[in-house]
Amino acid sequence: MSEPLLSVRDLEKSFGEGEARATVLRGIDLDLQRGELTALLGPSGSGKSTLLTILGTLLRPTSGSYTMLGTDLTAASEAERTRFRRENIGFVFQFHHLLPDLSALENVMMPSAAQAGRETAAMRTRAAELLDAVGLADRRKYRPAAMSGGQRQRVAVARALMNRPALVLADEPTGNLDRQSADDVMALIDRINAETETCFLISTHDEHISARCRRRIELLDGRLARAEPTPA
Amino acid sequence: MRYAAKIAIRHLLSSWGQTLLLAIGVALGVAVFIFMSALIGGLATLLTQRTVGSIPHVTLEMRDRDPRILADAESVQVVVQKDLSRREQIAIWQPFIPIIAGTRGVTGVSAQIRGSAFIERGQAVAPVGVTGVTPGNLSVIANIGAAIVEGSGDLPVDGILIGRILADDLGVRTGQVLRLVSDRGRERNFRIGGIFSLGIASADRQAVYMNFTAARALFDLPSGISRIEVKVAPVNDASRVADTLRRATGLKVTPWTEENAQLFEALDAQGRTGTIIKIFALITIIVGIASAMLLSIVRRRAEIGILRAMGAGKRLVTTIFVLEGTLIGATGAVGGAVIAWAALAPFPPVSEVAQGGLPIDRGQGQFLLAILLTTLAAALASILPARRAAGVDPVEAIGQ
Repeated sequence: MSEPLLSVRDLEKSFGEGEARATVLRGIDLDLQRGELTALLGPSGSGKSTLLTILGTLLRPTSGSYTMLGTDLTAASEAERTRFRRENIGFVFQFHHLLPDLSALENVMMPSAAQAGRETAAMRTRAAELLDAVGLADRRKYRPAAMSGGQRQRVAVARALMNRPALVLADEPTGNLDRQSADDVMALIDRINAETETCFLISTHDEHISARCRRRIELLDGRLARAEPTPA
Repeated sequence: MRYAAKIAIRHLLSSWGQTLLLAIGVALGVAVFIFMSALIGGLATLLTQRTVGSIPHVTLEMRDRDPRILADAESVQVVVQKDLSRREQIAIWQPFIPIIAGTRGVTGVSAQIRGSAFIERGQAVAPVGVTGVTPGNLSVIANIGAAIVEGSGDLPVDGILIGRILADDLGVRTGQVLRLVSDRGRERNFRIGGIFSLGIASADRQAVYMNFTAARALFDLPSGISRIEVKVAPVNDASRVADTLRRATGLKVTPWTEENAQLFEALDAQGRTGTIIKIFALITIIVGIASAMLLSIVRRRAEIGILRAMGAGKRLVTTIFVLEGTLIGATGAVGGAVIAWAALAPFPPVSEVAQGGLPIDRGQGQFLLAILLTTLAAALASILPARRAAGVDPVEAIGQ
């Protein structure tokens, strides 16, 4: 098997000090390969969101190591982590978290524009292609408030892909959608995953969603309770 | 920067009601700043015009001479008194005139012969102070020409100008002849060429102007002059000009600030009061913008978190919020300047202010300074809130 996209070893995350200290993740060992479509399962409070947040370099682990694309992200400075996140990681949140003052096209462009300090024609073209790909070619100029929940979440998926990330972390991406919209979004993720090398790690409670993933891992009380091997 | 500006403008436009209120608040502060500048400046101009305007700003005279001490000061107690044995005059004065006129800040020079005299008319005798000037220099110090209420300001050798009150006291009009007896015992008849009214009682009662040549004869000064009077602009430069002239001429040089110290202090205190009021207006703007920006950051916390999570650096977030504050400040400042400009427009120039009217000088409104200072203050006021925004933890902000 080739070098994993990311590798986590003996990862632990605690919050608070002394008697108030709470350990949310402990002894996590995990490898994800390029192009994987993996479901992260577990009940509420099992540490799924915390793990995603650490993998997304938004949070530092208390101990253990986290390496992605050959970069030791536990030792990196905050600026380096921000730059790494911008270039290699995309996010899809349960609540779309689009910027309300920007149009769909501008929201999709945002990760690239924030990096370059301006919007370019190339960014516009790429963002338009992504909106076409998620079936929202006719909603480019719409603001989030003028779109349905499913449409917003599809814009969020397009935004996550803007910088051609190696990894997309999706935290309950369909948790706020009706069944039809949830299926549409999942079909979209499935198609993008099949067409590109992008690895998706999707945190979900939804059996329908996890069934459409090619690998499942499960967290229980902050430990990896089940980790299927990467499909051949 | 361009992207930060775009996001900042979108923020401001999306909550345009709050933006408008903030800009109005800034505009009112700026309008107060400009109004106070115009009022304080106008008041100073008015006071200066009505007081300092009619007096010399710098006066050059011969130095006082102490008598030579013949006795041995160690064995005898010596009392030195002012030497009054000789006339005080500037004997050689012509070379000084071009030097004085060429000094930076000097706007007018008048060589004068001055002396005391009595005007006799019938049984009436009035003491007067006579000033002999060349006809072309009549209005260099006090604008006598503009104050003529009867007759003309021409100064023929046999003509004099007298004040309105003196004319009334003596019951005379232009064209009548008066007899003057100088403190040198010389007597001569003069025809009243004009009557002036400066609005200063002492001058209108006792001042008499006559031709330079006639004054030479009347006061027995065949070649020297009594003093040289100088006008300076701006008047607050009088001390500096006096120092320069003292070094250049070696004469006794006195600026108006020395002889009118109380007025100078009053003008200075008034200026400082205006500065304090303007500083408070600026502080109000700074506090207003800083608190509004802090509120905006609380409201936009989730959006800041999204930007940070998507890879926006702290610098971009800081720039967005500093630009927001700066844009509010600049918009409010320009709006305030326009409001102030319109509000000050109906006021007449200071020189035409009626009794009891507000002496507003729109030219001293410091419009550009107010806009620049306010914009700068707004940018500075935004820095702390912006840094706080940049420090927002994206995980907390978006509730992950």
